[in-house]
Amino acid sequence: MKNQNRTFLALLMRWGPFLIITALFLLAPQFISPFRLSQLGKFLTFAIIAVGLDLIWGYGGMMSLGQGLFFSLGAYGFAMYLKLLASGDKIPDFMFWSGLTELPWFWAPFSNPLFAVVAALVIPSLIAAIVGYFIFRSRVQGVYFSIITQALTLLTSIWFVGQQAYTGGTNGITNLGSAKFFGQSLLSTGVQTGFYLATVICLALVYVLARWVTDSRFGRLLIALRDDEARVRFLGYDPVLIKTLVFTLSAGIAALAGVLFVPQVGIISPANMGVVPSIEMVIWVALGGRGTLIGAIVGALVVNFGRSYFSETYPEIWQYFLGLLFVAVVLLFPAGIVGSLMQGFNWLRIRIQGEPMSDMTEYGTTPYRPITLGHSASNLSAPAAPAATSTSTATSATASATVSSPSSTTATAKGGS
Amino acid sequence: MAQKFRIARGWGKLWRIGSLHSLVALLLLLSILAGCAAPAAPAAEATEAPAAEEAAAPAADAPEGDTIKVGVLHSLSGTMSISEVSVKDATLLAIDEINAAGGILGKMLEPVIEDGASDWPTFAEKARKLIQQDQVAVVFGCWTSASRKAVLPVFEELNGLLFYPVQYEGLETSPNIFYTGAEPTQQIIPGVDFLVNELGAKSIYLLGSDYVFPRTANLIIKAQLEHLGITLAGEEYVPLGGTEFSTIISKIEEAKPDAIFNTLNGDSNVAFFKQFKDAGFTAETLPVISVSVAEEEVRGIGAENIAGHYVSWNYYQTTDTPENKAFVAAYKAAYGEDRVTADPIEAGYFGVYVWKALVEAAGSFDVDAVRAAAKENDIEIAAPGGPIKVDGETQHMYKTVRIGQITDDGLITEVWASDGPVKPNPWLKGIDWAEGLAEGASQ
Repeated sequence: MKNQNRTFLALLMRWGPFLIITALFLLAPQFISPFRLSQLGKFLTFAIIAVGLDLIWGYGGMMSLGQGLFFSLGAYGFAMYLKLLASGDKIPDFMFWSGLTELPWFWAPFSNPLFAVVAALVIPSLIAAIVGYFIFRSRVQGVYFSIITQALTLLTSIWFVGQQAYTGGTNGITNLGSAKFFGQSLLSTGVQTGFYLATVICLALVYVLARWVTDSRFGRLLIALRDDEARVRFLGYDPVLIKTLVFTLSAGIAALAGVLFVPQVGIISPANMGVVPSIEMVIWVALGGRGTLIGAIVGALVVNFGRSYFSETYPEIWQYFLGLLFVAVVLLFPAGIVGSLMQGFNWLRIRIQGEPMSDMTEYGTTPYRPITLGHSASNLSAPAAPAATSTSTATSATASATVSSPSSTTATAKGGS
Repeated sequence: MAQKFRIARGWGKLWRIGSLHSLVALLLLLSILAGCAAPAAPAAEATEAPAAEEAAAPAADAPEGDTIKVGVLHSLSGTMSISEVSVKDATLLAIDEINAAGGILGKMLEPVIEDGASDWPTFAEKARKLIQQDQVAVVFGCWTSASRKAVLPVFEELNGLLFYPVQYEGLETSPNIFYTGAEPTQQIIPGVDFLVNELGAKSIYLLGSDYVFPRTANLIIKAQLEHLGITLAGEEYVPLGGTEFSTIISKIEEAKPDAIFNTLNGDSNVAFFKQFKDAGFTAETLPVISVSVAEEEVRGIGAENIAGHYVSWNYYQTTDTPENKAFVAAYKAAYGEDRVTADPIEAGYFGVYVWKALVEAAGSFDVDAVRAAAKENDIEIAAPGGPIKVDGETQHMYKTVRIGQITDDGLITEVWASDGPVKPNPWLKGIDWAEGLAEGASQ
């Protein structure tokens, strides 16, 4: 009985704050002005990207500089639907002034909202799956993975600028205001609030999904891969499959953010796709604290509200403040905002309970750790817990058991590869 | 040791990472929410009052009584800042002058400056902020067509008012935008006419950056060339910021046009004119007329590389009016002797005076009243570039077309001008060769 109570309490402790936060965000339209709400909605879509990026970078150790690409492809997909809706029976305005007289064949199916949303989510995921498979199969790692994803992003954004007749060129797809939902303009407060609420719900679902993935056996494998890929391979797991899966998942999450971004901001252009926005996404996660999921959300909100606050207050020199913020966090709090706070809480807890300091990594996920140097850590610790030493929760013992179980059967078979 | 570990695990369940994460997050997010709810609250109340009622009693909408907010929205950072900062400076100069002379309807103008950061979604966000949060009476801003297209739906939805200071490709009117720059009939079409009538060109080559303004401008020019019976020698686009012209220059050598119509933008002009000169072309053998090169760009290109070539605008620093002498002197006094004035700078400056005249005619700062005043009155002001008249129907300006030739000292002298201000015609109405263009674009 007592045990059950404790489980319930633990559950409440665990999910209570999450539910409160979600409820607060859902109630936000009652309290804040339409402008701030539109801003918050936009930033929450960024937070969705950040969660996906944290999944692949914080947990998987793969710094993707291609999230801007997947985000934009999702956004373009839904923008095509909105543009067709806004244009009525005429062809979209940018097609006309680029010399087209008929709607291109691949635009036509996007007049169906269901098709548009599905395509907006599936196409970027598919691209990530294919590209990811070949990258990971060739065992491309670390900075080379980042460079390839960055090149892919740059390439696509230049291509989108060049294809003005089909993509809107540098202008992107904009002027969606005459798109009507239930008789109301896309930009009306009612429709905007609807999309805002959808964003909050999607962020909550994405967070739960990501939390579930990272807590599962798959998540443990992912962390193990981050810390020592060779060892995981020798244990008989296929890193290509795991990495491709998580890369695809994070791309799909970014695309979902894109779908929610377009109706709230009313424009998507190659500028959102380029290298700089993709790097900014990495900054959100780094600043919030990678490997924590919550840190990604906090980072995205703090950076963007910070940017908005500084640029409103000091329009001429705001970028210096933002730059200072980045430098200060990286130098003083390398674990990011949430990571550092958690370390602080841990320190307090250890102080109160009188636990030895060395035990600290048991609880703090120490989000900032050298990604490719996992060997020393696992070699020095008890040999009974291979591969999953870094997993760091109270359940690490069971996790390592599941991870190591196939080793006896398959490690010998695959050992030679 | 073992016992201690068990206790720790028992507690550990409560302190599991999940709950710790959520606790930390709760604190942080609460503070963010509080932060953004607090300053927003008064504005939220204010927006509930219908805008039209504020208009009827202009004194009622600004509790402080003697100031009225005006927005200034330009890129102060990013690739466009090099051009837009000068326009922002000119707009602020006009605001200062108006305030020094007693303001408008007894109110001082209070500029709210925002940075569009050369990023179109940021422009849209800042426009929304200026209208909804700051409740500005008017916004002066934007440069690229992309940024204007990005903010247009915001201004229409929230019934804001934008003064747009740059020449553009036309085929657009919005009840919420006043265009103080030129549309095609005030810049591009006379530019082509000049090449044909004055320079006797029989074949023309089109060169532009790959984005909406050059492509639309060339769509119009091609229709015009067909109508005039002039040969289209070729049409080429380079990506924005592109600097590699050797292929294009050899294509030009092969096509042997009589003149080039240049819609390149930004840095590409610097590369093009240098490589063009190095290939042995001069303004005498193959003249180029540009529509995005003004005094400021000439400084970047280097006068020696571009001297003798032509440009088409409505204003030059050398334009000989008493208003311009005063404007150039005031601009240099405010921002430095080495600064130059140019067409968009002038448009950013006199736009504030146009708005002032409209507000005074309306007797109100309300957007609908200002729009009505433009329709009911013939608003005329003496701008540095000559007399300006507001066309109430299209909300564009009557402007004098001036073709200029670049001199060795980097300034531009006028070689041809229209007979007085030209009536704006953004939809190219009544021009039979352009009929198809306007129809397709009007939506």
